[in-house]
Amino acid sequence: MNAAATPRMTPRESTLDLARIRADFPILSAVNVHGKPLVYLDNGASAQMPRQVIDRLVRYHTHEHANIHRGVHYLSETATNAYEAARKTVQRFLNAREDREVIFTANVTDSINLVAHSYGGAFLAEGDEVIITHLEHHANIVPWQMLRDEKGVKLRVAPINDAGEVILEDYERLFNARTKFVSITHVSNALGTINPVREMIDIAHRQGVPIMIDGAQAVQHMPVDVQALDCDFYAFTGHKIYGPTGIGVLYGKAALLEKMRPFRGGGDMILSVTFEKTTYNTIPFKFEAGTPQIAQAIQLASALDYVTAVGLDRIAAHEHELLSYATERMASLGGVRIYGRAKNKSAVISFYVGDVHPHDVGTLLDGEGVAVRTGHHCAQPVMQRFGIPATARASFAFYNTLDEVDALIAAIAKVKKLFS
Amino acid sequence: MDPKLLYQEMILDHNRKPRNYGKLEDATHRAEGLNPLCGDHIWVALKLEADAIGTIAFEGHSCAICKASASMMTAAVKGKPVASAEALVEEFRHMVIGNAQAPESPALARLKVFAGIKDLPSRVKCAVLPWHTLHAALNQTPSATTEGDADPVAAGGA
Repeated sequence: MNAAATPRMTPRESTLDLARIRADFPILSAVNVHGKPLVYLDNGASAQMPRQVIDRLVRYHTHEHANIHRGVHYLSETATNAYEAARKTVQRFLNAREDREVIFTANVTDSINLVAHSYGGAFLAEGDEVIITHLEHHANIVPWQMLRDEKGVKLRVAPINDAGEVILEDYERLFNARTKFVSITHVSNALGTINPVREMIDIAHRQGVPIMIDGAQAVQHMPVDVQALDCDFYAFTGHKIYGPTGIGVLYGKAALLEKMRPFRGGGDMILSVTFEKTTYNTIPFKFEAGTPQIAQAIQLASALDYVTAVGLDRIAAHEHELLSYATERMASLGGVRIYGRAKNKSAVISFYVGDVHPHDVGTLLDGEGVAVRTGHHCAQPVMQRFGIPATARASFAFYNTLDEVDALIAAIAKVKKLFS
Repeated sequence: MDPKLLYQEMILDHNRKPRNYGKLEDATHRAEGLNPLCGDHIWVALKLEADAIGTIAFEGHSCAICKASASMMTAAVKGKPVASAEALVEEFRHMVIGNAQAPESPALARLKVFAGIKDLPSRVKCAVLPWHTLHAALNQTPSATTEGDADPVAAGGA
């Protein structure tokens, strides 16, 4: 029987109607993997999309599509209204002060590159320092290295302890008069560590340094309020929060965005152009050159509406339950090492089965229908910190069930047996 | 293909007890093979004796597919003339990328347990890395990879 039809509940889990939620995600029951029901535990790489978000694309292209911000005709106004309404949805979702503080990008990588180029390029000079942490995804390392090579800024890295937590005293000690920017992840994609970002933001601000938060692995798991955090920039991506690929968000404080130089030049980001002089548009349009991902922005808004309706607090509680249960069961197997033991952790488990290479684990779990990520998770410095080339990673979403954890554990047990 | 079928006893056995595993102090040819994407990292060393591979050894850290492929490769080419070993490298490559144009190769013999990997494109590089490394060693190239121009999978990449 398909596991999707009979999700096992525990009393503590009863805050979410899992059967109903799973019915919203067609792929969870539509796909069989090598004759087994799909157990999708690769949500940290990309999450699945509910029917409501899939349908939003169909509705848009059936009734609303034209280019935005330039036509006087009915459809162009319809599309423009839907696109700008999506911006307002993101504003509410992050509790940003104003909708013009929300810029649509392609993904988090694009958002970070925008800040590195438009803020870093304008306000950082040779010898200035940028602080990141040892937990960063390559997307929050490489853009700063490119800036280093271009401008001679220095990259400083806050270390982590054996549990995979940033050592706050060491982070604070990295600040000096040359520190001009901080860019840190909210949640580690490789280990699941939830950084104490509120505290880290305060530390940066006490030194008068602006700070960017990479929320790629955070916004789908917990409520995020950018005004309460007081971060200067915050980025997240659509496809990890049950929306489409190709759409991301950069939140930035208006006062900073206004001072920054544009990222890309072209249509929509200008007020007037002659061959002698171009006047740039106001924010957010200054940063949205060319025809944007209109349909994807609108779909993203419907995904945010979806998770908001389910409730991020309830999502967090259910995912915590999954994490505790999976961690406990994995430990009971014996011979399975878990990397990332942070006290405050999101529902991600990076693991190593005996001395079996993670790629073998991944291939064999796939044979049981269980999808996990294997490799270095675009976080090679994290792997180097623990002296391993790669891990297998199970990353959970709120539609996952305790049954699926059991399927994961049973599949790992088979791997252990095969290699014993 | 069910991925489990790849992990047949022969492959598991060569992973558990790799043949020709270790250092070769008096090697005449050696090369390092690295797949930076998954961290597979091996060394192949061999001693040529009158245009044939007299002795050969490998060592390193890798997944079971890569290790079994390396182990069975060393067993297959040991004692063979360089030209036959090079031909086998090509035949193995054609088999794991599923090149239908390539002629049937009787020389592959037991190595045909790797034929199913053509249906698992993400694992082709694991199987092929030892062979690229052997090719590099025979051609006095210090290192081999499965990336860039050497990528065996047309649409490969991370």
